[in-house]
Amino acid sequence: MATLKELSKRKEGLVGGHRACAGCGGSATIRQVLLAAGDKPTVVGIATGCMEVATTIFPYTAWNVNLVHNAFENSAATVSGIEAAYKVLKRKGKIKDDIQFIAFGGDGGTYDIGLQALSGAIERRHKMLYVCYDNEAYMNTGYQRSSATPYCAHTTTSPAGTKIPGKAQWRKDLTEIVIAHDPAYAAQATPGYYMDLIRKVEKALAADGPSFINVLSPCVPGWGYPSDQTVNISKLAVETLFWPLYEWQDGSYKINMKPREPKPLVDFLKLQARFRHLFKPGNEHLVEEFQAKVNRRWEVLLRKEQATSA
Amino acid sequence: MKTVAKTGNEAMAYAMKQINPDVVAAYPITPATEVVQIFSNYVADGEVDTEFVAVESEHSALSACVGASIAGGRVMTSTSSQGLALMHEILYIAAGNRLPIVIALVNRSLSAPINIHCDHSDTMGSREAGWMHLYCANSQEAYDSLIIALKTAEATAVPAIVSTDAFILSHAMERLEVLEYSDVQNFIGEYKPRFSALDLENPKTYGPLDLQDYFFEHKRAQIDDFSKVLDAYDKAAKDYAELSGRYYPAVEEYKTEGAEVAIFAAGSTADTAKEVVDDLREQGRKVGLVRMRMWRPLPVEQIKATLGKFKAVAVMDRSDTMADFGGPVFLETRGMLYDSEEKPLITDYVYGLGGRNIELTDIARVYDDIEQVANTGKIEKLITYLGVRGEK
Repeated sequence: MATLKELSKRKEGLVGGHRACAGCGGSATIRQVLLAAGDKPTVVGIATGCMEVATTIFPYTAWNVNLVHNAFENSAATVSGIEAAYKVLKRKGKIKDDIQFIAFGGDGGTYDIGLQALSGAIERRHKMLYVCYDNEAYMNTGYQRSSATPYCAHTTTSPAGTKIPGKAQWRKDLTEIVIAHDPAYAAQATPGYYMDLIRKVEKALAADGPSFINVLSPCVPGWGYPSDQTVNISKLAVETLFWPLYEWQDGSYKINMKPREPKPLVDFLKLQARFRHLFKPGNEHLVEEFQAKVNRRWEVLLRKEQATSA
Repeated sequence: MKTVAKTGNEAMAYAMKQINPDVVAAYPITPATEVVQIFSNYVADGEVDTEFVAVESEHSALSACVGASIAGGRVMTSTSSQGLALMHEILYIAAGNRLPIVIALVNRSLSAPINIHCDHSDTMGSREAGWMHLYCANSQEAYDSLIIALKTAEATAVPAIVSTDAFILSHAMERLEVLEYSDVQNFIGEYKPRFSALDLENPKTYGPLDLQDYFFEHKRAQIDDFSKVLDAYDKAAKDYAELSGRYYPAVEEYKTEGAEVAIFAAGSTADTAKEVVDDLREQGRKVGLVRMRMWRPLPVEQIKATLGKFKAVAVMDRSDTMADFGGPVFLETRGMLYDSEEKPLITDYVYGLGGRNIELTDIARVYDDIEQVANTGKIEKLITYLGVRGEK
């Protein structure tokens, strides 16, 4: 695994000067993923979304690698095609280098509109790493709910109103959906734990087949917190068990971070405007329900790890 | 050159085999399924070098084609109807990124009601996406056209759709002549992409965000390049004629010499109409046929020159614009001829929707109608729905 010192000397795949917000978790995720991809030739695909529009405004680009943007729902299908062309051109001797492929999509482009293309690409075993930079809503269009949006979160299409307290449903568990495809590697990460993310990217790219990493990527305006708190919130998501860091390979789960004493979920919620309404009198039960569900899912994950450990 | 018996689908699959593209990403759909089904046999038997990507939808089919084409591959796919509709979003993206992808398409009606038979509503619904469109009249032409279209597409960086009529051509066995593999390969040449996302020396951002400050110039440049397709097509078609002995002009005239009236039609119906023209000519009637083969880009000058000389023209539209003003070919033909000093009276016959059969007698009746229009100088009925119950 690359050391921090080595990483600091690598050429960046995504450089500064782009138009993402201060403190953007998504751009931190992409930057770290591309650093971990290392000096090996890498070709990247990206879905329409925040990261694409903020980094590619013609005539500028923030990308030092070949980047292909096609549409919103087809990052995985597009990279399928690139990888297929690579295979045949390599067979014909027209390409000499070994190239690795990474597809990026936000949660809207991955959990929702791009789920079918992702499922198809993994099933067809294209050798690519798909990274979902999950900021838990349609941030590019102005904070609308997605199937990744957590319970009770206020978004502009699941507003916290006088009758309905934000999103009524629990989030879709995309990582588990991907694992059901038996990929070569799957994991959850978040940029606050950057060495964990780096290690997972290295592992995913070394795996023989399709791999997937779901990276919780805090969003300053969408989640509603000060721009210097991204790393802190990213870490709190793990420390409160809201976003467990774990990986899956060859049928076995491994939880990468088990807080000795998990922090209460409110520590994560209270910093964010999207959960502000949960702290109004009369909404205590919602926080309790939320906490209970987080606990239950953590226990299920622990049982999975135990059941699948060698 | 050898003579074989093939259906339209078999002919298109065989042309794809001889083109031997780098990547084919496709999804099955009636009545085009056979094209990729036959092609996957070629892949399974090692008869082509192609990487075949059996995707999970037509949307992903064209998306993967876009990826493969940006990566520098020679890329083809096949679809029909709902499949083309599902590709619709990506049609524009392929064209806007100047990717010379070629689709072997079978024309089928669009739902609802669901129907698997021929009309042209699928490709007519995609006519503004920036693709070259060729409508074929028989299996021979389908085979030849895919090869010519690929050559034209790669010369102009404009993608192409080559289509046959559902079942009428796609599933009907016909006699055709096919070229040798080496002749096809020599004709199309080695593909030299203008760019490649696998070119590590020159990293680029493909498909960037393009706002008010540059988008219009880029679209204007695309439109400008589109205007070069007709010449490139004509050159490819003439070169192909030297190789094969078969020449396909963008607009075909059949027995138009001395004709006072003509039908303007596309696809298999145009070939059927030739029979009627032969019969009527024997009776001494001054009728002719003009076949619309290329509909994107519009061969405007050719159509104006050709149709301008008749007293009356009946457009045969195998789709409707839902504008309460007939079919797309009718509307655009009238538009093209508006400025002409000499122009025919033009009527529209929307026919054959959902595969409704068109008989020789139906076509003969259209000639009767336009002869009357030519003789009286008056249009009694501008738009006729031909062969539908309850209409005359």
